[in-house]
Amino acid sequence: MAKTKKKLSMNGEIWYRFRKNKAAMIGLVILIFILLIVIFADLIVPYSKCIDQVGRDRLQRPSLKHFFGTDELGRDLFARVIHGSRYSLFIGVATSLMALVVGAVLGASAGYFGGVVDNIICRIIDVFICVPPILMSLAVVAALGTNLKNLIIAITISCIPGNVRLVRSVVMTVSEQDYIRAAKSYGTSNFRIILRYVLPNAMGPIIVNTTMSISDMILSAAGLSFIGMGIQPPAPEWGALLSAAQKFMFKSPYLLFFPGIFILLTSLAFNLVGDGLTDALDPKLKD
Amino acid sequence: MSNALLEVRNLKKYFNTSAGLLHAVDDVSFSLQAGSTLGIVGESGCGKSTLGSTVLFLNEPTGGEILFHGDDITKMKKREFHRIRPRMQMIFQDPYSSLNGRMSVHQLIAEPLIVNKICHSKQEISQRVAQMMDTVGLASRLANAYPHELDGGRRQRIGIARALILEPEFVVCDEPVSALDVSIQAQILNLLMDLQDSMHLTYLFITHDLSVVRHISQEIMVMYLGQCMEKAPADELFTNPMHPYTQALLAAIPVPSADSRHKRRELLQGEVSSPVNPKPGCRFAARCPHVSAECCSGSIPLTEVKPGHFVSCLHCR
Amino acid sequence: MNPVLEVKNLSVIYKTDMETVYAVNDISFSLEKGKTLGLVGETGAGKTTTALSILGLLPERTGQITSGRIVFEDAVLNELSRRELERIRGHRISMIFQDPMTALNPVLTVGDQIAEALELHNEEHLNKWAIEKKVEETLEMVGIPKERKNEYPHQFSGGMRQRVVIAIALVCNPGLLIADEPTTALDVTIQAQILTMICDLQRKYGTSVIMITHDLGVVAETCDQVAIVYAGEIVEYGSLLDIFGGGSHHPYTEGLFGSIPSLTGHAKRLQPIEGLLPDPTDLPAGCKFSPRCKYCTQLCRQKQPPIREQNGHQIRCHYTPDSRTITADAGTARKEDLE
Repeated sequence: MAKTKKKLSMNGEIWYRFRKNKAAMIGLVILIFILLIVIFADLIVPYSKCIDQVGRDRLQRPSLKHFFGTDELGRDLFARVIHGSRYSLFIGVATSLMALVVGAVLGASAGYFGGVVDNIICRIIDVFICVPPILMSLAVVAALGTNLKNLIIAITISCIPGNVRLVRSVVMTVSEQDYIRAAKSYGTSNFRIILRYVLPNAMGPIIVNTTMSISDMILSAAGLSFIGMGIQPPAPEWGALLSAAQKFMFKSPYLLFFPGIFILLTSLAFNLVGDGLTDALDPKLKD
Repeated sequence: MSNALLEVRNLKKYFNTSAGLLHAVDDVSFSLQAGSTLGIVGESGCGKSTLGSTVLFLNEPTGGEILFHGDDITKMKKREFHRIRPRMQMIFQDPYSSLNGRMSVHQLIAEPLIVNKICHSKQEISQRVAQMMDTVGLASRLANAYPHELDGGRRQRIGIARALILEPEFVVCDEPVSALDVSIQAQILNLLMDLQDSMHLTYLFITHDLSVVRHISQEIMVMYLGQCMEKAPADELFTNPMHPYTQALLAAIPVPSADSRHKRRELLQGEVSSPVNPKPGCRFAARCPHVSAECCSGSIPLTEVKPGHFVSCLHCR
Repeated sequence: MNPVLEVKNLSVIYKTDMETVYAVNDISFSLEKGKTLGLVGETGAGKTTTALSILGLLPERTGQITSGRIVFEDAVLNELSRRELERIRGHRISMIFQDPMTALNPVLTVGDQIAEALELHNEEHLNKWAIEKKVEETLEMVGIPKERKNEYPHQFSGGMRQRVVIAIALVCNPGLLIADEPTTALDVTIQAQILTMICDLQRKYGTSVIMITHDLGVVAETCDQVAIVYAGEIVEYGSLLDIFGGGSHHPYTEGLFGSIPSLTGHAKRLQPIEGLLPDPTDLPAGCKFSPRCKYCTQLCRQKQPPIREQNGHQIRCHYTPDSRTITADAGTARKEDLE
């Protein structure tokens, strides 16, 4: 008994299990790579190259001068994809976080208090869930007008109902635990219980869901941009790039290929990391 | 008795379920002198845990009075009750689920002090937590450990420290040792009894284990389907059980001695039903070997057959 | 008389990337036909692991028998192929689990579940009708009216479900029944019913039983032989009378008895064993109980104690009760715990 073995902390254990998951690690590496691109986009290639229209360089194939080729207006596709990552990732992360905050507040109140509060929140959510998310985003963008801010609002709104439901169900299971009763027995206020007891313990599935939803959000944004309801030109968002490329699909397929591959890789990476987190946070699932 | 620390009168707690009204606690009364222990025994579903949490007002009672130092806490205003809350605490059954896994040992024990704004400086809190950890036998090096790194016995010590750091007068112990191994169970029981002496605590000790309840209590109440069947001083209840249910319960305990192997016992038939929309009369009538027609009509009062020995049975007069 | 089951020098480890758990260390015992052996010990002592190794049900990824032989009715169980083992399991050896709430399949009727156990090992080639009849007989045998065979598990109470579990275990008339804490989840009055039933059925069919429990009271009422298990070792083994009688005991056994509050007398204070169960990934050298033992000496800490035997009553300790004394190091575990 003399030598008590050093045990890993809770987070250490999660990281250990995550590291053992090859797919998740691949996802993480891709993610870091894309994050580096986002951070150093200006160093890799100046933004001006995205919007400079060089008349004689129209629809060039990939070459050393233009790694990914150029579009119909002679803009460098490499620069547009690199800078487009900023838009796509920003939209994905921002919408997921906003949806998370709203979902956590509403879901936690519904799950923790139950009764009338739960009923009101759930019925409102039910109404929202009846409308398909893409239609909901379309309607919001159509009503508010097309720009980046409205796009983010639109996608966030379409994502909230699912989040509320998830948080609510997790919070309901956590709320039945004895430590919540214990907290009440020494007079902890409801606000403190939700903040210090319920949410930290409900975090696992919520983190996983948020990670996974980032990729959904990127895809929705790309989708909306694709049909012309999202980011407006000349801003280089990935979905918008795809949309512009469809006219030249057969003549210049590389215009579709590069943005497409980036969308795919990013959403794949987020999904892999999310999957890895699920297993790492809940080891019982695997053994 | 006006000097009782806690007096419970005709306490009722009903739950609305889809099957009907569940009488979890039905008309239970008792009083507790300061520094004594009342043991509540019964099988699962007899309402003993509900009784414990209702007495602490964690559930709102359906009816009845709970007098703490003579003041009825069921009629108190919220703010008044908050002042009394720290003086009544609870120790929980499951040392695994009753601790928030995201908090360290120190944070867990300090939490009640912070919540009730008792200490004002961080230093004062650390000092009191360290003192409390020492009192319950937790090594100070464990202060930064997390509950999942510790075993059941140590976790239960954290639960005890958390309940006692507010220096309560009255503590509800809800099956505090039933999730523990025998050798650890004995350590915790000794600790609880030592603390009762040194901190002058009053316990409401809820358990299904009859040998534990006899060891720790001065008085024992036997519950069945939400009602009190028999209440007597501990030794009296074990030497002279009067209610047929108490007798059956005592006969059913396996005794760890060499000669119990081939001893035939009289077994209680049937199983505990649920107290949803109970029929009038004695709740135990369906399983009672001495049942008669009058058992199933009208209510059976709890009568004092000997000084301090109360029985709720028509046949024990 | 040939024993039904013989376990010789069994050792089991659980190996994960991070650590190796020494769950069972060199356990030997044997069980005769129609007798009951009690395996008594605390959580993590290795009781359930022993049972799972007999059945060949150790978790495949981590569990591993490192040495020893398990001989059941002339077959060496730990050397059989998986298919051969499956023929024995559920047919000649059955197990009852602790929690009757999760041991049954909620979407099948109890009758179907009993019939399934029969059909899997249908060596007498019973037809549908005969199986149906056998199911009804089995239900009546465990005290459930046969009309209830078409009901689902959720319609039964805890005690009744445990009866169904026992019916499934006994329907093939096994030679060995392993009961892993069969009454721990039940109330005392129900526990008494179930224990009496197991004993009655055992007497009637001559089944051998391994009763795994932490409750010395349950052992006293059901067992013929008792093995006290601590940290994966049998520290004391003997007949019921050896263990519960007044003779000499292992210090751990004494500690266990000192920890139970008495129902009859009124001892003012319990005499618990100080300290905690040892970490099974890092067992102490020498006697595994030494850090908690009142009588611990230098010798105990260094050398594995031998088994002393007297008329079949085995104790794994360096000392006899006469030769040992309470030593100055007493309660080292406690002191370390507080430092």
